[in-house]
Amino acid sequence: MDAKLKDKIWTIILYAISGFVVLLLLVLIIYILFKGRNFLSFSFLFGNPKVGEAGGGIAPMFFNSFYMLIVSLLITIPLGVGAGIFLAEYAKEGLLMNIVRLCIETLASLPSIVVGLFGLLVFVNMTHWGFTILSGAMAIAVLNFPALTRVSENAIRSAAESVKEASLGLGATPWQTISRVILPSAMPQILTGIILASGRIFGEAAALLFTAGMSAPPLHFDTISLIDKSSPFSLMRPAETLAVYIWKLNAEGMVPDASDIANKASAVLILMVLVFNVSARIIGSKIYNSYSGKK
Amino acid sequence: MEIIKTKNLDLFYGKVQALKNINLNIEKNSVTALIGPSGCGKSTFLRTINRMNDLIDNVKITGEVLYEGQNIYSDYDVIELRKKIGMVFQKPNPFPMSIYDNVAYGPRVHGIKNKSRLDEIVERSLKGSVLWEEVKDRLNKSALGLSGGQQQRLCIARTLSVEPDVLLMDEPTSALDPISTLKIEELMDVLKKEYTVIIVTHNMQQAGRISDNTAFFLNGEIVESGNTENIFYKPLDKRTEDYITGRFG
Repeated sequence: MDAKLKDKIWTIILYAISGFVVLLLLVLIIYILFKGRNFLSFSFLFGNPKVGEAGGGIAPMFFNSFYMLIVSLLITIPLGVGAGIFLAEYAKEGLLMNIVRLCIETLASLPSIVVGLFGLLVFVNMTHWGFTILSGAMAIAVLNFPALTRVSENAIRSAAESVKEASLGLGATPWQTISRVILPSAMPQILTGIILASGRIFGEAAALLFTAGMSAPPLHFDTISLIDKSSPFSLMRPAETLAVYIWKLNAEGMVPDASDIANKASAVLILMVLVFNVSARIIGSKIYNSYSGKK
Repeated sequence: MEIIKTKNLDLFYGKVQALKNINLNIEKNSVTALIGPSGCGKSTFLRTINRMNDLIDNVKITGEVLYEGQNIYSDYDVIELRKKIGMVFQKPNPFPMSIYDNVAYGPRVHGIKNKSRLDEIVERSLKGSVLWEEVKDRLNKSALGLSGGQQQRLCIARTLSVEPDVLLMDEPTSALDPISTLKIEELMDVLKKEYTVIIVTHNMQQAGRISDNTAFFLNGEIVESGNTENIFYKPLDKRTEDYITGRFG
């Protein structure tokens, strides 16, 4: 067979594989959105779930998912970016570095249900907090930390490449170099990583089942406190998220329209994840353009 | 007068010896060209002068590098040293910020906050690298929007902003087109009135055109150094002659 024909065949095969991936995603999204197509109603999005009767909403879970996301990002971002800076700029190659890397890689491949059970043991029982947003956020932080560390490390490495010597050459200290030049130029990539991680956090269920609990009492926005259990912003209250609620409806739904609610909630969930992913791209390229002076 | 002097300088990367017994004197307010084939140690030597090699693990240096009579590896604070001995790199590497902020970066990290003082430094530095006229109306635009040659002159302005005495240039024109190269070469003639310039170059014509003194490196050693005209027209060593006339390298 001549080389040109071979090249053509392989091109077609590779196109077909990529096309299949796109098709798979499209079918999945369309199927989920179609089954949950009636989600756009006020009583569903902003209503409370009902017990034993049809027509309940998802408002508390929706809020919980966002709040959980914010709390866990507040924990993960400083840790992940900090570890990324350390690995990229301070750590010297050697035994210690290899051990740290091995630990992070192992952490990255832990199944989320294992992290959830670990969270139950440590963040729920040992701390005597019970099922709380804080426990859930910490479990998710454990899950997310390795990915964010890797994103930050890579971003900082590639940002540092050309400008680090220029900054040090002007007599800047290593910390001035990191904080004033390297971090700002690594920011678009880190931000993209954070938003993509947000999509994963938003959809996480297994790690939250036994840490943030499976109850979502109606929220009353009249008290604002981080500790008072009756406040929606309390870190110390149980908080069932959207993903956990979907799992619960399918596993042990006690309402007559359980599967309908689950379908609609899934549509909302997947739309949110899509929004996160698309905005990651848009924000990333916006910042890149403003840096590179293309606009 | 000599501003930089090295005595029996050896440098090792791990077990590999990259510089062997370098003894070189650099004259003040002159342009010194370092020439030699790739991997001969000329860039490594350049980077020992402002201690950029500190950034690389496993580098061992013996012997002395004296700057105005002081040993830069024992008597000098590295930050002070790098203020006095600035560096321009092979690839233009402006920071991803505005033209103004690029030039103001050096003075700012050294504690200058006064806006009018910074304005003055930015203007002086950009005039110093003959870029002012081209960018004065867009100082707040991103530096990455400039052409390669403009970026390199911006990097020179950035180096000038901290008022160094010595400029180290590591093949500053190798990534530029001929017109930009010419501009940088003309600039060097102006710069040597106020600064001492040490330049690594692969371009023999460039070395011949712009430098007062030349040092020829080969396999980590200096084969011959001295007045550029002598090196180019009356080389004492056969290997220097071979390299300059293009017979090897």
